[in-house]
Amino acid sequence: MNALPGLLFDGLAYGSLLFLVSIGLSITMGLMNFINLAHGAFAMIGGYASVWFSHRFGMPFLATLPLAFAVAGLAGLIAERVLFRHLYRASHLDQVLFTVGFVFSSIAAATYLFGSAQQSVSLPAALQGQVQVMGVDLGRYRLFLIGAVVVLSAGLGLLMTRTRFGAQVRAAVDNRDAAEGLGLNVGLVFSLCFGLGTGMAGLGGALGVEVLGLDPGFALKYMVYFLLVVVVGGAGTLSGPLVASMLLGVCDVAGKYYLPQAGAFIIYVLMIVLLLAFPKGLGLGRPSLSRLPLSILVRRRA
Amino acid sequence: MTDATVVTPRAAAPEPAAIARLASPRPRAFELFVWLLPAAAYFLFPDHLALGVTIMTYAVAVLGLDLVLGYAGIVSLGHAAFFGIGAYTAGLLAVHGWREPLSGLLAAGAVALVAGFVSSFLVVRGKDLTRLMVTLGIGLVVYEIANQASAVTGGVDGLSGIGMDPILGLFAFDFYGRTAWWYAYAVCLAVFVYLRFVVSSPYGLSLAAIREGSARMPALGASVDGRLRIAFTFSAGIAGIAGGLLAQTTQFVGVDALSVTRAADFLVMLVLGGSGRLYGALIGTALFMIAREYLADLNPVYWEFWMGAMLMAAVLFARGGIVGALFRLPALRGRFGRGSR
Repeated sequence: MNALPGLLFDGLAYGSLLFLVSIGLSITMGLMNFINLAHGAFAMIGGYASVWFSHRFGMPFLATLPLAFAVAGLAGLIAERVLFRHLYRASHLDQVLFTVGFVFSSIAAATYLFGSAQQSVSLPAALQGQVQVMGVDLGRYRLFLIGAVVVLSAGLGLLMTRTRFGAQVRAAVDNRDAAEGLGLNVGLVFSLCFGLGTGMAGLGGALGVEVLGLDPGFALKYMVYFLLVVVVGGAGTLSGPLVASMLLGVCDVAGKYYLPQAGAFIIYVLMIVLLLAFPKGLGLGRPSLSRLPLSILVRRRA
Repeated sequence: MTDATVVTPRAAAPEPAAIARLASPRPRAFELFVWLLPAAAYFLFPDHLALGVTIMTYAVAVLGLDLVLGYAGIVSLGHAAFFGIGAYTAGLLAVHGWREPLSGLLAAGAVALVAGFVSSFLVVRGKDLTRLMVTLGIGLVVYEIANQASAVTGGVDGLSGIGMDPILGLFAFDFYGRTAWWYAYAVCLAVFVYLRFVVSSPYGLSLAAIREGSARMPALGASVDGRLRIAFTFSAGIAGIAGGLLAQTTQFVGVDALSVTRAADFLVMLVLGGSGRLYGALIGTALFMIAREYLADLNPVYWEFWMGAMLMAAVLFARGGIVGALFRLPALRGRFGRGSR
């Protein structure tokens, strides 16, 4: 009975992580209609970067986070320029096959470089243990996760609504042809978006080592979750994936608590039901980067 | 000159000429030769009969996938579910006393057919990506069920102790796998011939028409969803037959028969060989399995890397797969000849 607030909290923390990783996928899929099953591979790169820097150079966990962002973002930028760029006009089947191939190769590469064992990070003392808020024990690290996602989402919202780059992204998502007609370099905007998205995924992967774990199978294991967030939430939006990832996080945590023997069964059934009930996403509006709830925090210029 | 100005879609679809050429179900001379190749392999490599059986078993499942992917244009990442359902059906029947192979195989196909029919309503509802996700979800759900119901399926340990009676009461399964080999060959050939008739029938051509332009078919008064449901159902049934064949020839069913990795393997085999062509399914499966046999022996990790690399290369450079590349050769010559005339 008393477990409910704790479960809700854990679910939100888990959902925050899913949101952080998936948001880049949402933007790139909305922008280029490119089905990228390899997005989880970049989260994995971020996670390994964080672990590597802290083990090799003894860097504190928090200091490795920006590096995880940078490494994953750079890897995404290079992969987009060299490989994925060729597939924007290809059929969805080709995109799926290519990115699945990329995932397989990255799994093998990760096993070769880091071995097949689970990786771990050492959290600073300030983030360990629990705090009591109104009689409920809340993990400090999970509190930190939720806080980080709130800050990052607000930052992303600001970027999208108040900067020139954000305006270019919104224009490209809303109507690519018109944006190109106005002289916008949509290809460049997309590359930067891809780098930003994979960077966020890398950050999510680094933050998630403690919660989701990290081994070479990471990219395949969580692929379904990231895709689900975007497909259910609706590609090209910020608010849809936010709602979807929180829903998914809470349902997964609650399902594993109340019906442990059902395992991952619940989440897959939920996925099929949601997909069939909302074939076009939760219907929070497609070109709604400019209408996201987050942007209410930021007053828009008229 | 006109050819150069037409922008061709980059989908891995066969050229109209190829469809017309394959539209007749009547066998051509080279096909006899193709089907003699495995028989030659039987006599030339008597030490690799087990590999041959595995290839022909998977080829049946990949043929089924070709119907739904290559002809109907639905990307399915859930075909391992039907493959596994068939395998468990045949396996459980044998474990519980029904050891007659042919009826066991038909039962495996029938159960998978029913499962496919039920799933087809879910799959056909959505579009591209939703379909992919729903098939993936079905695969994952079935895997979880088999994994949890370990009292029935044996769970992670797998289902063993599958004994088979002689085929037709005449040919007993032997230790060397000779009977299993001819059994798999016969089933594979039967499924191929059946599919050959299906894809060259008006129904099969209507599937290709749906794949090429799904907006036009309803305008012609054809039921798109109904046709796709039928294709998915029968494709699932064929995958179930393949699963039953696996259970009967290896006398073991592991829960990995249902895994998403297995479904991805099927997809890779088909795409490497060339989807939308029945021979693509056969050749892709054979090459994939032979490559895996040798590369995975070196190091399983390297195998995953090379599989990923092969897949990426196939998408970038070899659209239409290996058979697609072969078909392009005479077409190229034909175009050349027309240009000079």
